[in-house]
Amino acid sequence: MRKIAIYGKGGIGKSTTTQNTVAGLAEMGRKVMVVGCDPKADSTRLLLGGLAQKSVLDTLREEGEEVDLEDIRRLGFGATLCVESGGPEPGVGCAGRGIITSINLLEQLGAFSPSENLDYVFYDVLGDVVCGGFAMPIREGKAQEIYIVVSGEMMAMYAANNICKGIVKFAEAGGVRLGGLICNSRKVDNEREMIQALAARLGTQMIHFLPRDNIVQRAEINRKTVIDFDPAHPQAEEYRLLARKIEANDMLVIPKPLKTDDLERLLLEYGLSG
Amino acid sequence: MLLRHTTAEVRERTALTINPAKTCQPIGAMYAALGIHRCLPHSHGSQGCCAYHRSALSRHYREPVMAGTSSFTEGASVFGGQANLIQAIHHLFAIYDPEVIAIHTTCLSETIGDDIPQIIAKARDEGKVPPGRYVIHANTPSYVGSHVTGFANMVKAMVEYFATAEGPREKQINLIPGYVEPADMEEISRMVEELGIRAILFPDTSKVLNTPQTGRYTMYPPGGVRVADLKRLGHSLGTVALGPLASGPAARTLDTRCKVPCEILDLPLGLAATDRFIDTLRQIAGVAVPDSLTWERGRLLDVITDMHQYFFGRKVALAGDPDQLIPLTEFLVDIDMWPIHMVTGTPGKKFESRIRALTREVPHPVNVQAGGDLFLLHQWIKQEPVDLLIGNTYLKYIARDEDIPLVRFGFPILDRIGHIHFPTVGYRGGVRLLERILDALLDRQDRDAPEERFELVM
Repeated sequence: MRKIAIYGKGGIGKSTTTQNTVAGLAEMGRKVMVVGCDPKADSTRLLLGGLAQKSVLDTLREEGEEVDLEDIRRLGFGATLCVESGGPEPGVGCAGRGIITSINLLEQLGAFSPSENLDYVFYDVLGDVVCGGFAMPIREGKAQEIYIVVSGEMMAMYAANNICKGIVKFAEAGGVRLGGLICNSRKVDNEREMIQALAARLGTQMIHFLPRDNIVQRAEINRKTVIDFDPAHPQAEEYRLLARKIEANDMLVIPKPLKTDDLERLLLEYGLSG
Repeated sequence: MLLRHTTAEVRERTALTINPAKTCQPIGAMYAALGIHRCLPHSHGSQGCCAYHRSALSRHYREPVMAGTSSFTEGASVFGGQANLIQAIHHLFAIYDPEVIAIHTTCLSETIGDDIPQIIAKARDEGKVPPGRYVIHANTPSYVGSHVTGFANMVKAMVEYFATAEGPREKQINLIPGYVEPADMEEISRMVEELGIRAILFPDTSKVLNTPQTGRYTMYPPGGVRVADLKRLGHSLGTVALGPLASGPAARTLDTRCKVPCEILDLPLGLAATDRFIDTLRQIAGVAVPDSLTWERGRLLDVITDMHQYFFGRKVALAGDPDQLIPLTEFLVDIDMWPIHMVTGTPGKKFESRIRALTREVPHPVNVQAGGDLFLLHQWIKQEPVDLLIGNTYLKYIARDEDIPLVRFGFPILDRIGHIHFPTVGYRGGVRLLERILDALLDRQDRDAPEERFELVM
């Protein structure tokens, strides 16, 4: 079983990319579980065809400790298993603690046990790693590989570099490694080259460049992944390709985060040379 | 040699405290809240916090200390403690019938950011607060300040929740006694009465945490400031706040909210600080100092002169809270002792500058540290030994290892009872302090004297 965490700046397309890629893996016959680690509980919407499900924490709150795995896990597209951690409403409580609680509970309930015969677990984690709770999926050997979704926009790259700093810390203590950057194109000048350069500087790879296509948006409105919504569309092929690349990936590294000055120099070099 | 690993060499430490010289904010908040009549403190956090704070107070005052807790679980930590607190308010009023619930937060509820005023408002909207009953709160994260900060925050909350500017001026003053013993609060009240001044003392833990054994348990002992009096704080002619850290914030809040001018003084420990206290009261109330107080002062002066030879040049190390240590250091310097090592765990730069100023005339190098710990104090003592230790029970380990007499003073005292009964504030308290210092020094002299120098008359 490979345990993979997807990080990246808020709004960069982590959930969309994760679900589309998972759909690709499911199509290949892999058994995948997706754990949404976002209090909004919208990380599995495209696989489930809507926000229908109860989150782990909602269930915990309502049913107490007596939670069954079947209460919180739903079958989605291609027999993927979908779980949402959930969390408090905005402005109260502690969402970070929620993720810790939720992942601990999933472990206790045996969601990751060998008997589940999972090929992949994907953790889809909210935006920046703002506190210890959001680092839970990469702590103590939970996820072993991380992919960072990024674009050529400065703040996205800045966030990616920041996440790498977190990975370094946990890589030294546990076994977590960076598998690569996924560029979710925003049609920024020189985007592919810039992210390739960033990846090289970080000591990793740009595992795939996802072109921007409005089919993604149309599929989302229909609560579907692109593979589900329009299997023949070229964008669906891009996600299949990314799924195959992840399946074949063996380049797992401890990243070398850039200093802010170096990062800005990189931006100057590529961002203005287009 | 329980502290045998303490080295004399002081190395810079940035992240480690060893044997802290302070404790949690909620302990101070809980203690202050008990100084309101029929008040039930409530700890908004996990059960362990509340259990510890109650036991810390019970061990020092040797009285039962009651308090509620929001009993946070995993769910409350994630979703916030609103549901728990509203239920707690409902149950506490229904079952224990307090007049006031005084909520203080804990590290957990502070960190997840529970909005206590909003929760109190919701409880009120839902009818969980009966008419004529009150819920107040103070934010008391323990990773900020110390127990003194918690005390100050709760006393300030009393002002914020109860004091109003409306109403006629009344010929009375407000008196904030600071973080002192119930016996000290009683003594402060007595001195004010001797002066013929009408004062609202708040908080007032006398007759709450020093009650007699009657064979019957009362949840709410007769002491404590009345809510009706707290509501009149804004009508007073002035406020005298004792102890800048513990009482200053409340006094300043009264000044800004209700235009009641304040005098923030040191705790009246020792001769000079008590003089300033009496003098301030005299001026604010426009009264003459009665002979009774002048006599008390004279007796203290008499002890100082009679026994001066035993005080002179004796080196002392002190640990405790800034409000106490500042006037105590002043007192010791006044009687020609040499306080040379002073540590408080409570952070705040003013402590160091005040101690430096007070010890300028001491003919010996002086060490002082705010935000320090007892390990550091011990290291200093190893480098430069002292004749006497003054501080709380935790100093007994240093006293034993270094064979130095210890006068127990401050919070907490877990192994003796004097603090419960005998005040150390005022002139009389000064006599008691000197008596105990002398007992310690002279007992030591008797113990160590060779036969030919063993004195009958000292």
